[in-house]
Amino acid sequence: MSWKNYLFAARRLRQFGLLGMNQRNGDYISRYNPRHYYPLVDDKLQTKQMALDAGVAVPQLYAVVEIEHQIDRLAQILAGYDEFAVKPAHGSGGEGILIIKGRSKDLYRKLNGTLLSEAEIGHHISNILSGMYSLGGQPDKALIEYRVEFSSVFEHISYQGVPDIRTIVFRGVPVMSMLRLPTRLSDGKANLHQGAIGVGINLATGRTLKGVWREEIVSHHPDTGYEIEGLEIPDWGQIMSLAAGCQEMVSLGYIGVDIVLDAKLGPLMLEINARPGLSIQIANQKGLLPFLRQIETVRQLPDAVAERVKLGQQLHAG
Amino acid sequence: MKNLHVIILSLALIVISIAICFYKVTELKLPLLPAEQSEVWAVEARISFKANRGPAKVDLLLPKKPQDYFILDESFISGRYGMTLEEANRNRLVRWTLRRPKGSQSLYYRMQIIAEKQVPEPEEGARYPLKKSYPDMMQTAVDALLDEVRSKSADTRSFTHELLLRLNAKDADDNIQLLRKGAEKPELWVERIISILAGARIPARKANILLLKDGIRHGQLTPWLQIYDGSEWVAFDPGSSRGEAGFPENSFVWNIGQDPLLTVKGGRAAKVEFSVHKQFQEAEYIAQQRSDVKHSSVMAWSLFNLPIQTQNVYRILLMMPLGALLIVVLRNLIGIKSFGTFMPILIALAFRETELAWGLVLFTVMVALGLMLRFYLEYLHLLLVPRLAAVLIIVVILMLFLSLLTHKLGIDRGLSVALFPMVILTMTIERMSLVWEELGPAEALQQGIGSLFIASIGYLLMTNPLLEHLIFVFPELLFFLLGITLLLGRYTGYRLTELWRFRALLK
Repeated sequence: MSWKNYLFAARRLRQFGLLGMNQRNGDYISRYNPRHYYPLVDDKLQTKQMALDAGVAVPQLYAVVEIEHQIDRLAQILAGYDEFAVKPAHGSGGEGILIIKGRSKDLYRKLNGTLLSEAEIGHHISNILSGMYSLGGQPDKALIEYRVEFSSVFEHISYQGVPDIRTIVFRGVPVMSMLRLPTRLSDGKANLHQGAIGVGINLATGRTLKGVWREEIVSHHPDTGYEIEGLEIPDWGQIMSLAAGCQEMVSLGYIGVDIVLDAKLGPLMLEINARPGLSIQIANQKGLLPFLRQIETVRQLPDAVAERVKLGQQLHAG
Repeated sequence: MKNLHVIILSLALIVISIAICFYKVTELKLPLLPAEQSEVWAVEARISFKANRGPAKVDLLLPKKPQDYFILDESFISGRYGMTLEEANRNRLVRWTLRRPKGSQSLYYRMQIIAEKQVPEPEEGARYPLKKSYPDMMQTAVDALLDEVRSKSADTRSFTHELLLRLNAKDADDNIQLLRKGAEKPELWVERIISILAGARIPARKANILLLKDGIRHGQLTPWLQIYDGSEWVAFDPGSSRGEAGFPENSFVWNIGQDPLLTVKGGRAAKVEFSVHKQFQEAEYIAQQRSDVKHSSVMAWSLFNLPIQTQNVYRILLMMPLGALLIVVLRNLIGIKSFGTFMPILIALAFRETELAWGLVLFTVMVALGLMLRFYLEYLHLLLVPRLAAVLIIVVILMLFLSLLTHKLGIDRGLSVALFPMVILTMTIERMSLVWEELGPAEALQQGIGSLFIASIGYLLMTNPLLEHLIFVFPELLFFLLGITLLLGRYTGYRLTELWRFRALLK
């Protein structure tokens, strides 16, 4: 690649339709996401409650730890659950999530195989409660919920963590999706800036495109060596409907919906983000702006979820 | 249209700000550059006399509205004397009175003046004197002289010029010798010339001028000649044999007219002496004084009216908006990552006390030590708030230790670490350790370096003497900053770092 590619980079990115941070904040988030709806998505407990009311599939909630004192009864709370995930209700970017995949005597096994004592889990929960992972450090709650067991489709292209599907939903229309694959580098986490792979998805077919790993374009998983391109994601239609349906639930115009594919339960909505990142454009090698602009020109979007999904898929087909 | 609204608002703010600045620079003469010094003349008139028994009354003529100078300040030092000030023709008259003065008396009048052209007061045309008659012997001499001069001149000016040439000629003839007799003192000499000019019906008057020369101690006023040429008063040196028109350089017209400069009733051996010395003062202070005299309402809102202590606080506080704007530029335009939004600016403020290089060293040392201890605390499984408190306490201990250590080593700069805001250090350490754990050391270092980078630029910006001066003397520039900030608030283009971040798309 020559230096000429960087000359007039801004103009070229503009032609590309790349959505920048300032424009995302100024033209989309501040315009389409009324602030008073933020608490709904910022608090995962509320989101979950809402999803249950709306009939959106979510991982089952086992327990909520709200006060320090409850940590003393951790053994009782966790009894009966060999596998579970501990999450801060106000966490963002996958921070503070602890996933337990089994027990060994009275110790708990983390995803990467290391063992944790009950006290250590208690400390983790205590950190969550004191607001270590929440924005602005306000006191938080810890959710203990069903541990997603990923679908066999991802068996070869995932390292430890659970791959998820992030979809940008604008005014109820899914406009862009990516599959996020954890790597050894990301320590099982599905965040791109932590080293996960972002794989573009053809919205119309549900087939994966090439992936991007740390600014590099890859077609194979760096840890497992399996090909990641051309994979057909099962239940694609269902995933799209699930994502698009979240718009009514939270009344936000510009969101990122994270969905996982459970081996037994199918697509489950994990969380909704009111300030979704911009890396999805790198994963898809496509700018978001043309899609957003097209949807902005439509005055009245269809009420039916299926029709909105179709509209989103048409954007990509055309 | 939201954008248009923002643009109009911003431009309005910017225009208002520049307009006020412009007014202050052009009308009030506030200096655009810091430490601009202007020449100020401090003039003192000292009157001394010996009091007789009985009441004393002292009259002194004072300048009213000098043409080439502006009176910044004046004061009368007169002890127990009663004082009145009144207008007297083209001068002012101060009258000091006291019932029972005893012994030697001294009265002072002081003023500060700066060279500045004033709008002249309109003067009525002079009255033409009646043809004058002189004592017998003089009459013939004057007639002969005037006839000779008249034949060689074209108008009033040249007439006066010719006349002065002859009157002051070195090898004077008998006529001139005669005219000079009894008028050896400069004062009488001017009067004599005036009376000779009256013979040609030329209006003339005396003006007393003070030569502004640094270090004069017992100076006197110099009598000068002014003639009316039909449209304006023209000055001539009465004692010069060259007869040039105009006042000498650096001369200050004290009083005009025949009235005596000083009259003392009830005293003897009265005299007035002048002392002059040159001072240099900051131009902004002079502007302040000038506007006081002129009663400008804009300067009534100047920060110079605040107590010095408060002024000093505002000298720092007013730099904060500049820092805030810097953050906007660095984050929204360039996209540099930092801990917290305004934390770098607070760090920069701390640098003001330690200076940049030392600030960077001390800050880095403190954060590094704090971070190490913070990781140790993590191992103790403490709850968040107590842990933060513990870090804060450790930070204070570290600061103390560092101060003591550097003091022992003879590095006094290390003492300034105490001026670092502890809470800022604590929060920086906490955030850095969180980022370290969550996103890895690379990200933590990146944000840490980003913070220090912004803080360094912020420091350089906020300690720039020119900017400090500008924003303090022209606080309306805050509107300008606000306007720019609002404009940047609607900048939805790419950040510079995004061009790098999305470089994969450029391939």
